[in-house]
Amino acid sequence: MFRIVNKKELNSMVTLLEIEAPFVAKKAKAGQFIIFRVDEYSERVPLTIADYDREKGTVTIIFQKVGLSTQLLAAKEVGDTIRDFVGPLGVATEYEGFQKVAVVGGGVGCAIAYPQAKALHELGIAVDVIAGFRSEDIVILEEEMKAVADHYYLMTDDGTKGEKGFVTDKLKALIEAGTSYDAVIAIGPIPMMKFVSLTTKPYGIKTIVSLNPIMIDGTGMCGGCRVTVGGEIKFACVDGPDFDGHAVDFDELMNRNSIYKTREAELAQTHICRMDKLAQDLIR
Amino acid sequence: MANMSLEKIKMPEQAPDIRNQNFEEVAIGYTAEMAIEEATRCLNCKHKPCVSGCPVNVQIPEFIAEVAKGDFLAAYQIITSTNALPAVCGRVCPQESQCEAKCVRGIKGEAVAIGRLERFVADWYMANHDELPEKPAQNGKKVAVIGSGPSSLACAGDLAKQGYAVTMFEAFHTPGGVLVYGIPEFRLPKAIVQKEIDKLTAMGVEIMTNMVIGKVLSIDEIMEDMGFDAVFIGTGAGLPSFMGIPGEALVGVYSANEYLTRINLMKAYLPDYDTPIRKSKAVAVVGGGNVAMDAARCAKRMGAENVYIVYRRSEAEMPARLEEIHHAKEEGIEFHLLRNPVKILDDGNGQVCGMECLKMELGEPDASGRRRPIPVEGSNYVLDVDTVIMSIGTSPNPLIRSTTKGLEANRKGCLVVEEETNQTTREGVYAGGDAVTGAATVILAMGAGKKAAAAIDAYLKQK
Repeated sequence: MFRIVNKKELNSMVTLLEIEAPFVAKKAKAGQFIIFRVDEYSERVPLTIADYDREKGTVTIIFQKVGLSTQLLAAKEVGDTIRDFVGPLGVATEYEGFQKVAVVGGGVGCAIAYPQAKALHELGIAVDVIAGFRSEDIVILEEEMKAVADHYYLMTDDGTKGEKGFVTDKLKALIEAGTSYDAVIAIGPIPMMKFVSLTTKPYGIKTIVSLNPIMIDGTGMCGGCRVTVGGEIKFACVDGPDFDGHAVDFDELMNRNSIYKTREAELAQTHICRMDKLAQDLIR
Repeated sequence: MANMSLEKIKMPEQAPDIRNQNFEEVAIGYTAEMAIEEATRCLNCKHKPCVSGCPVNVQIPEFIAEVAKGDFLAAYQIITSTNALPAVCGRVCPQESQCEAKCVRGIKGEAVAIGRLERFVADWYMANHDELPEKPAQNGKKVAVIGSGPSSLACAGDLAKQGYAVTMFEAFHTPGGVLVYGIPEFRLPKAIVQKEIDKLTAMGVEIMTNMVIGKVLSIDEIMEDMGFDAVFIGTGAGLPSFMGIPGEALVGVYSANEYLTRINLMKAYLPDYDTPIRKSKAVAVVGGGNVAMDAARCAKRMGAENVYIVYRRSEAEMPARLEEIHHAKEEGIEFHLLRNPVKILDDGNGQVCGMECLKMELGEPDASGRRRPIPVEGSNYVLDVDTVIMSIGTSPNPLIRSTTKGLEANRKGCLVVEEETNQTTREGVYAGGDAVTGAATVILAMGAGKKAAAAIDAYLKQK
């Protein structure tokens, strides 16, 4: 069992949990992920590590309530435990040879873009952060990002905060204005990563994307997380989750991630029963 | 005078059209009367050919003699003196190519039903004795066992008996390895595996789940920082192969590992569990091994109307056990033999809507000794399916060997070990099971785990 020691609602949909997992905390690096399972009946769900504290032995995850498992996880409070928490999985991001990097985060993807920006900053590498959100009310980690970024650019689709526009608009403007990046690290919804990769391709800027396909074990055993990269089958859990954005087949990934959409819609109904049951158990 | 019946006592089974709709065990097991009667078919041969066919040397005629006398406890003690997991082996060992293949009764008629008798004795014991073993006196030495499948269970059990403090590291949330994620409930009830694991914990074996060795800890850290005196690697062969044909990334294509794990470990067949799985109408399982049979029989139980085994050779070359092939056919699985997929078809929305296959014919034997399948040009046809399960083999996981200096593997990724001791190319580090041999059987893995346990004991005694 893994105990929750801190909880913050970052916005109405996004939750931060700090979880006691000393073995994971000891080894975690930016770019790696964990798999959690809330209780005996739950799915195994991968989440990229948002932060870790080696001394306290804790790992922080930030996630959006998108399906049953993330809703069950978000319903947990400080002091509660979750059944399973395994990691760190995947290969840590490589920063070798970088002097200036743009970190592009989209929505809840900023939760994973943040440790990247932080790690780069700690290595003395110049970091520009471009963070994109739909609207002002869902902006997260603004202060944290500013603390580690040389420049922080906030974009909203509706212009309610920062500049109006997409992250790709800002990235293109910066490149066109002569900013020279050794690499762009893009983390967010699949379409965003796809379009960031398309934006950087003509300039030949190395672009790293962090993929989050459906998986079970996280050790290369199920093959569910296979993605096509440069025409080859790769397993995101062991070969990734970082890949060359210019080589990833994003459309295929988007299709593969849709496999349980109808099932999730069904579960949205049944899970209310389970949440009710949990609530009743608590009252009792 | 021995019972000279040419046939084994039949195993009571659930009827095929009932069992293909549930996950209860297919074979119900002998009654005491059946077991005693079958036991009297054993001739108690002096030279015991059957024992030479057993990778863990079960004293077969001796235990069968006790069954014949009705002394099931004595039979159990004889079996467990060399085999720690009789309830598992009695169910999943390929007896027809091991002990029973050597049985003298098999020359004229059927061999003695050694596997069924072993299972009966193990089940009888579980039903009538629930005392757990005691924790042996500790010798002060620590051994790490990585993985918790058959080889690791056997290794940990033997070491714990000798007083070693054994810690077992499992990557998944439940121990048991392939016995829990791979082999379905209807062939091996998970409660049986759990009982075996409970015995190990009673003997003092500590089990740490959620530990992916190679990631969270390296072998060096386990030995140097955590003070383990020796390590056994029993991480199996879990990496699924794909064919590399067009359409394998479509929604509706699974590896057998994923499909079986969702069902067996993650219990997608039980309504209480959240695990999603595709609702399939027609399923093609590509491959001809036991895993393919398991996947096909699971698909049928999950509600698929048509389930096909698509195999590129003929039935004679199928690596699956005869019993599994027979059970699958009884349950309504259709066999498409001498057929090979060339392409999986897209319905336009990224979902599987069919599988294009090519007919094959058999040519000269290849390196495996089996006749090589040769495509028949222009014989393409489409099999109407919405789900494809690839069951064409697995290879060892590279996570540990790629993070451990000096641990050598062969071209296939199998760890290199010394024949006599199962020691790897690193001192104090042993390995066994599928991690060494590539995908093989539960009993061979157990045999390797036992051999390594004996070698670890010898190594630590002289160290």
